[in-house]
Amino acid sequence: MSRLSIETPGRAQTVLGGLHRDMERRISASSPGLCPVDMSLNYLRLCHAQTCGKCVPCRVGLSQLEVLIERVLDRTATLETIDLIESTAQVIADSADCAIGYEAAHMVLKGVRGFREDYEEHVLHGRCICGLSHPVPCVSVCPAHVDVPGYVALVREGRYDDAVKLIRKDNPFPSACAYVCEHPCEAHCRRRMVDDAVNICGLKRFAVDHAQTVKAPPCAESTGKTVAVIGGGPGGLTAAYYLSLMGHEVTVYEQRPKLGGMLRYGIPDYRLPQDILDRDIEYILSVGIKVHTGVSIGKDLAMEDIQKSYDAVYIAIGAHNDKKLGLEGEDSANVISAVALLRGIGEGNVPDFTGKKVCVVGGGNVSMDATRTAKRLGAESVTCVYRRRVEDMTALPEEIEEAMAEGCQILPLQAPARIEADEEGKVAALWTRPQVIGPYGKDGRPKPNNADAREFRIPCDYVIVAIGQAIVAQPFEAIGVTTNRGAIQADLTSSVPGVGNVFAGGDAVSGPATVIRAVAGGKVAAANIDAYLGFDHKISCDVEVPPAHFTNTPPCGRVNLKSNCTPDCKGNFSLVVDGMSLEEAQQESSRCLRCDHFGYGSFKGGRNTEW
Amino acid sequence: MVTLTIDGQKIQVPEGTTILEAAKAVNIRIPHLCYLKGINEIAACRVCCVEVEGERAMVTACNSPVMEGMVVHTNSPRARTTRRTNVELILSQHDCKCATCVRSGNCQLQTIANDLGILELPYETQLPRGLRGAWTTTFPLYHDYNKCIKCMRCVQVCDKIQSLSIWDLAGTGSRTTIDVSNNRVIKDSDCALCGQCITHCPVGGLRERDDTGRAFAALADPDKITVVQVAPAVRTAWGEAFGLKREEATMERMAGTLRRLGFDYIFDTNFSADLTIMEEGNEFIHRLKSGGLTRWPMFTSCCPSWVRFLKGQYPELTNQLSTAKSPQQMFGSVAKSWLAKKLGVEPEKIFCVSIMPCVAKKAECDLPTMRTEHGPDVDMVLTTREFVRMIRADKLDPACIPEEPLDDPMGTHTGAGVIFGATGGVMEAALRTAAYVLTGENPDPEAFAEVRTGPGLREATYEVAGIPVRCAVVSGLGNARKLVEQLKAGKVHYDFVEVMACPGGCVGGGGQPIDIEDRELYGVRGGRLYDLDKANTMRFSHENPQVQALYKEFLGAPLSEKAEELLHTNHKGWNMPNQE
Repeated sequence: MSRLSIETPGRAQTVLGGLHRDMERRISASSPGLCPVDMSLNYLRLCHAQTCGKCVPCRVGLSQLEVLIERVLDRTATLETIDLIESTAQVIADSADCAIGYEAAHMVLKGVRGFREDYEEHVLHGRCICGLSHPVPCVSVCPAHVDVPGYVALVREGRYDDAVKLIRKDNPFPSACAYVCEHPCEAHCRRRMVDDAVNICGLKRFAVDHAQTVKAPPCAESTGKTVAVIGGGPGGLTAAYYLSLMGHEVTVYEQRPKLGGMLRYGIPDYRLPQDILDRDIEYILSVGIKVHTGVSIGKDLAMEDIQKSYDAVYIAIGAHNDKKLGLEGEDSANVISAVALLRGIGEGNVPDFTGKKVCVVGGGNVSMDATRTAKRLGAESVTCVYRRRVEDMTALPEEIEEAMAEGCQILPLQAPARIEADEEGKVAALWTRPQVIGPYGKDGRPKPNNADAREFRIPCDYVIVAIGQAIVAQPFEAIGVTTNRGAIQADLTSSVPGVGNVFAGGDAVSGPATVIRAVAGGKVAAANIDAYLGFDHKISCDVEVPPAHFTNTPPCGRVNLKSNCTPDCKGNFSLVVDGMSLEEAQQESSRCLRCDHFGYGSFKGGRNTEW
Repeated sequence: MVTLTIDGQKIQVPEGTTILEAAKAVNIRIPHLCYLKGINEIAACRVCCVEVEGERAMVTACNSPVMEGMVVHTNSPRARTTRRTNVELILSQHDCKCATCVRSGNCQLQTIANDLGILELPYETQLPRGLRGAWTTTFPLYHDYNKCIKCMRCVQVCDKIQSLSIWDLAGTGSRTTIDVSNNRVIKDSDCALCGQCITHCPVGGLRERDDTGRAFAALADPDKITVVQVAPAVRTAWGEAFGLKREEATMERMAGTLRRLGFDYIFDTNFSADLTIMEEGNEFIHRLKSGGLTRWPMFTSCCPSWVRFLKGQYPELTNQLSTAKSPQQMFGSVAKSWLAKKLGVEPEKIFCVSIMPCVAKKAECDLPTMRTEHGPDVDMVLTTREFVRMIRADKLDPACIPEEPLDDPMGTHTGAGVIFGATGGVMEAALRTAAYVLTGENPDPEAFAEVRTGPGLREATYEVAGIPVRCAVVSGLGNARKLVEQLKAGKVHYDFVEVMACPGGCVGGGGQPIDIEDRELYGVRGGRLYDLDKANTMRFSHENPQVQALYKEFLGAPLSEKAEELLHTNHKGWNMPNQE
């Protein structure tokens, strides 16, 4: 008889392991608008199935909580029932022996405290107060509500021109977004319930790469109204485009020599080549928008004058100013901000980092852009210093992976402490304080704390600061626009309270965000400016979306785009990521579950044909 | 054209045809429950699932278009199992007490279950517990959560046809149900009570408040003189339930039937329709001549659902409604004044019942503006369906009941009164009399026939005594909304607009018998009314001798003080719930 044997999972355990993974994917694919009380009850049941049954609070208590919540949903409960749920859950949280019990109770407590009004509505009226709209997940999660299933179906049919036309109904930057969109649409893709999200962004890129030049739709009859747009970035140009289609006369004021905003002056060419961006901009301008570049509001033109000369104004100035670290030695030579570096390159001032050691401070997408750009500028070494862990970085995971593949170093858990300068006043080193990851903060993220370790010296020639951006709001404050924490105050309709004909949106209002959010802001502004001017123009698209195929494809791997990252990238600003092949695009587009047709889509909310 | 094979038959159908419609073309019937052509093609019930060769899963026939070369099996073992199981699942969450259901014998779920030979259910019955199953008992529209099968037809009809969106999904997961939208309760909603959700419900999920018990009680009360009026549209449809041909299901046969039910006096709403024309026609001429219609038209006011719609959606236009009461309410006023006097009885003794193709009439007769110190002008309203149920309850066989004359004086009517039941009818009848009032001569009764047909907008401009009268007729509240929006935008101008809430007018009313095959019957029913008009020797409301007698003996002239008091109303005398 052997004393020990190697344990192998039984068949049931193996299958169950698969089911656990199915469930994880399924939960992550939850659509917005589910009843929080019903979901809580069913999470609780799941937790209860995990109990070992030894202890009373977990074995019995969770069961009784289930009964009580069920009563709330059945409308056989009273308001006192909610109190009983809360007090019982508190006791379970306090007295359960292990995490299976107390964490389950904590989930109930979070719910009963976090959405108590939903509980009350069920008790009093037998209803949910949530929207219950069950929209198409990708469309509803896209800030601009682009018709994703529509264009994916068109790509599947090989109708790339129509796909791009359909995207432009909601987003006039299909090309730029095909390359750099953060694709929130994929996060809740229902295909995750089957295998993995559809590579929506990759399919969009296939469409824009294969579409011919399409003529813009005709503008509506001239309204005689004039609109000024301040800022020629994605948000401003989106508003300008739709307002022109609506028949208004639009003038764009841009302080830089070229249009594009952060797309041109913030995103490096290896991610978004200039000619791709120019395709979108040329198309947008083809509807007849007046453009004044090199004009700075507040310097070359007073905001008062603009407000007076136009029927409406949209402020979409973005967030182009850098934020300071506030550290000793920050004023040393060769401490530069990431925005300034990237903007300089966009304007043609390409610095030479050959043989230099570079430190980049920050963990967002801009820091990754600065890191990879420094490498391309010839730096001998590039170290990205971040005070939390790699998994806490806000940059897209693929950006981080690509930076590492290009030979950049990510140095996590190091908080910048001071900058050491040499006798000439130039950067000599970045000193950091080692961190240890600690308890969770109010923002739901674990906080770094100073570790019991000595300060760390990273010798370097340049420090690039990428810890956020700010706006320049003074010229607008002159007409009564207010700012709070460095952001222009505008409401959700993009109207600026108290300043009649002025609207604002994009990064300047939300703080640094994404292209698609800027586009969404421009769209909202266009609709509300149109209404403000007394019109109700509709933006629509005459493309017929192909009918859905009857049944869907069996589980199939997701096609990911291949990137050609190499440490040998000095001076090479050409595109890193390759698009799909035709074969890949056809397979990938066939993975779309057509939520516009199946499920709730065929009933309500399948397709918004106009806005 | 697309070629495909269904159950071994090779057929050709136009591209875009659904499998269900393609099969129908060759007499292959695919069972279905939620499907309502053009309105609800959402494949929710999954009863119409068929097997398509080469597809992994079952395909819904109702919303899947045919494909070239496809091979469909509607009765394969897999199709049979799928259909049966899905029907069993629906039954497990349906209150299957058919014996106590108004739709028994006329229920699509019952028919399918019986056809499939489902004798027992393998599943536990799951019905809403607690107060989730509760609904008001007093509102004229009744929703039964236990019978609702969540087919969504009511939601779609109210959204797409009536543009009111009263219904929506509520709750999630297993508790998903149909309820009043935006977490309202029905009493607080702007429901127009058109009843189209009822007539499009495949089961007993929706019905009118049942008043037959109260009606029988009144008939049994020796102290009550029961007076009944029957709306024009009822005669086009009541026979459907008894297999009577439309020509046989006459008003006179209804009179015989009503007498056997025990009503003391049987009258015709057509009489008061003629009376309405006298008042409304003259009001129109007065408003037109006084320049009161330059910006906004005068709207007809005989459809209470339209009145509710206008007050709920466009309260600012309430004054554009004709002040004339509807024929039902004029009848009640006259019954409790002139008739009571003629009979020599106290008005309180008269119990005034109306049989209407309508659910909103139940609310109209309860309005505070529709009563005097003698009580309500109309005591109760029965829908055509409730009337049919009463006939059944007494085991009467209308086919064997002889045609009998109506009573005097309110049983006499003209062809102009009878067409009130079809869209365009009120307009046409009013124009016939307006032309007479303005010129002193009767026009050709067919002169205004252009305003007939279809629920969509019809426009016509008629020269009446040299005055151009711009008319528009529309039925269905979605169509009405479009028309009002056009008026508000100043894109159209009319003098006189007739609106009926139900598509096709009262013949398609929400209180009419429900066709189990989902056919829209307003066309044939309306046609019957125009036949009756043509066959009538009197085709002008002003020629109705009893109406003339009423003016001579009692009211004086149209719009006289007495007529204003009895036959006109203040539409601002009450509010829609959403106005409060």
